[in-house]
Amino acid sequence: MTEHILESIGLFIPEIILVAAFCAIIIFDLLLKKRTQVGGWILLAALLLCGIALAAQWGISSSAFFEMIVIDPFALFFKFLLVVSGVFIILFSMQNEELMPYKSRISEYYMLISGMMLGMFLMVSSTNLLMMYLAFEMTSISSYVLVGFTKKSIRSAESSVKYIIFGSVSSGILIYGISLIYGLTGSLNIFEIGAAMSAMESTPVFSMALLMVVTGIGFKIAIVPFHFWAPDVYEGAPITITALLAVASEIAAITMLIRFFRISFTGEDASGSFIMIPEGIRWDMLLAILAAATMILGNLSALWQDNIKRMLAYSSIAHAGYIMMGVVVMTDQGISAVMLYAFMYLFMNLGAFYVAMLFSNKFHTESIEAYKGLGYRTPFAAIAFTVFLVSLTGLPPTAGFIAKLYIFGAAVNAGWIWLVLIAGVMTIVSLFYYIRVARNMFLYKPDESAGPVRFDNATLAVLVLLLAPVLVLGLYFTPVLEFIQHSLAMYGM
Amino acid sequence: MENSFLQWLAQPELTHYLMLGAMLFCIGITLVLTRRNVIMVLMGIELILNSANINFIAFSRYSVITLDGHLTALFLIILAAAEAAVALAIVLNIYNRFKTIDIDEISLLKG
Repeated sequence: MTEHILESIGLFIPEIILVAAFCAIIIFDLLLKKRTQVGGWILLAALLLCGIALAAQWGISSSAFFEMIVIDPFALFFKFLLVVSGVFIILFSMQNEELMPYKSRISEYYMLISGMMLGMFLMVSSTNLLMMYLAFEMTSISSYVLVGFTKKSIRSAESSVKYIIFGSVSSGILIYGISLIYGLTGSLNIFEIGAAMSAMESTPVFSMALLMVVTGIGFKIAIVPFHFWAPDVYEGAPITITALLAVASEIAAITMLIRFFRISFTGEDASGSFIMIPEGIRWDMLLAILAAATMILGNLSALWQDNIKRMLAYSSIAHAGYIMMGVVVMTDQGISAVMLYAFMYLFMNLGAFYVAMLFSNKFHTESIEAYKGLGYRTPFAAIAFTVFLVSLTGLPPTAGFIAKLYIFGAAVNAGWIWLVLIAGVMTIVSLFYYIRVARNMFLYKPDESAGPVRFDNATLAVLVLLLAPVLVLGLYFTPVLEFIQHSLAMYGM
Repeated sequence: MENSFLQWLAQPELTHYLMLGAMLFCIGITLVLTRRNVIMVLMGIELILNSANINFIAFSRYSVITLDGHLTALFLIILAAAEAAVALAIVLNIYNRFKTIDIDEISLLKG
């Protein structure tokens, strides 16, 4: 038993680094009151160390802490994505003007981000329902506070109260669903649940439990009809936190959903092909309907938004719908499409949020109408923004096109033609609201009095770091595909 | 008829606890949906979490040998406390900004 724990601690190094960073930020904040950004630098260093520790875990597939969590290539891939998004979020936060009035307590902000990163790390790797729920709540509770961090802002205060109310209700529903699953199968370990399920007939109680679990996790992913919190929270929160919620926490929740459903609710029939267990339940149809509703509602609502954060919020909801198409398929092809989409989505969505933040810093506006003429005043940022938006639409030669191609291909191969048709039509709809931003920036002349605006070199460097993958991965993405092929293996499958 | 119901009530089994849990869950959801006062909504959330607790302990006591359910209930109690602490801090901030804790009046963000 002692040996197992020692061995588990050896596998737990990336998470331990995050915990150490959490403590270090508190201590250094107390010691160095004047150095305001010290927390950010500590967390940045910790995340880079964490990336190295993760690279050392390449190829390992084993369980730790009595099957509470697993360290497998699948979790590793998503941990890499989380680290990359965390690094970008910290770089953004250091420049975010919204946070400047809170300089004296900015370390709390970075401390909470490290707590949230830890929660998301555990979300992607846990294999026990109790652990999953704790990780889920760790992420949630940190993000409730982060959303309301700019507490003098009336919008931020409102969005945090909305978030915590809807969030706690949905997590309560999730844990009630988990308690029913525990009662039905007698275990919280998802491998044992899977074994119990294959011997079971579907009952109404089981359907109810499944629905409750989908409600809880779907809230975090922001799929329709559990999305109603997202626009308000995304609009009210500081924009860096909006980006973190729209990218990292969405990806982590989808990973948790995939792992749980893949291990517990799928099996193999006599010929070795993939089936859903227990018999008689069509959870893929449930997820497909939710995905279709998410795409339709997300894209149509985005059409009449004027606030850029709110528009990007609805666009994130729509993208959650596209990603859910891969989850519906659930075969190896479907999951690799989800992983590819998550990889591309990370860069293009973070990029869009970053430029929106830069514009809000410089011009103090979040209104798309006020973007008129910006293409002439700050050409590079405006072109980068256009590339990110074109990529979010899914047009070649950007990364978004490859991501959509793979996810549509996986869905067509699995026979979900109607779902792909809806997704295709909605992609065309999305063109209108993404291109409207570019049109406002480039097709209107700026006022005579408004001169050109320059950003400093650090800002441009971060922008290039985000822009390069979006352009390069649209043309040459073989290394990413190989990385994903190596990362498909889940422990115990 | 009357007698047999009382007899059934006097001998608690798994079903009784599950029904209690389900009732608490429904009361919690009703509170969340109908109350406009944020504090009352938070109490509804506590009821939902406690209904899951009752389920876990009942299942653990009556159907399986492991202690998983009891442990989960312990974790849940701690979690509910943490969540309530954060929620009350946020509500306090809301009160300072809006001078009200009525959910219907806290609605600047729309669209």
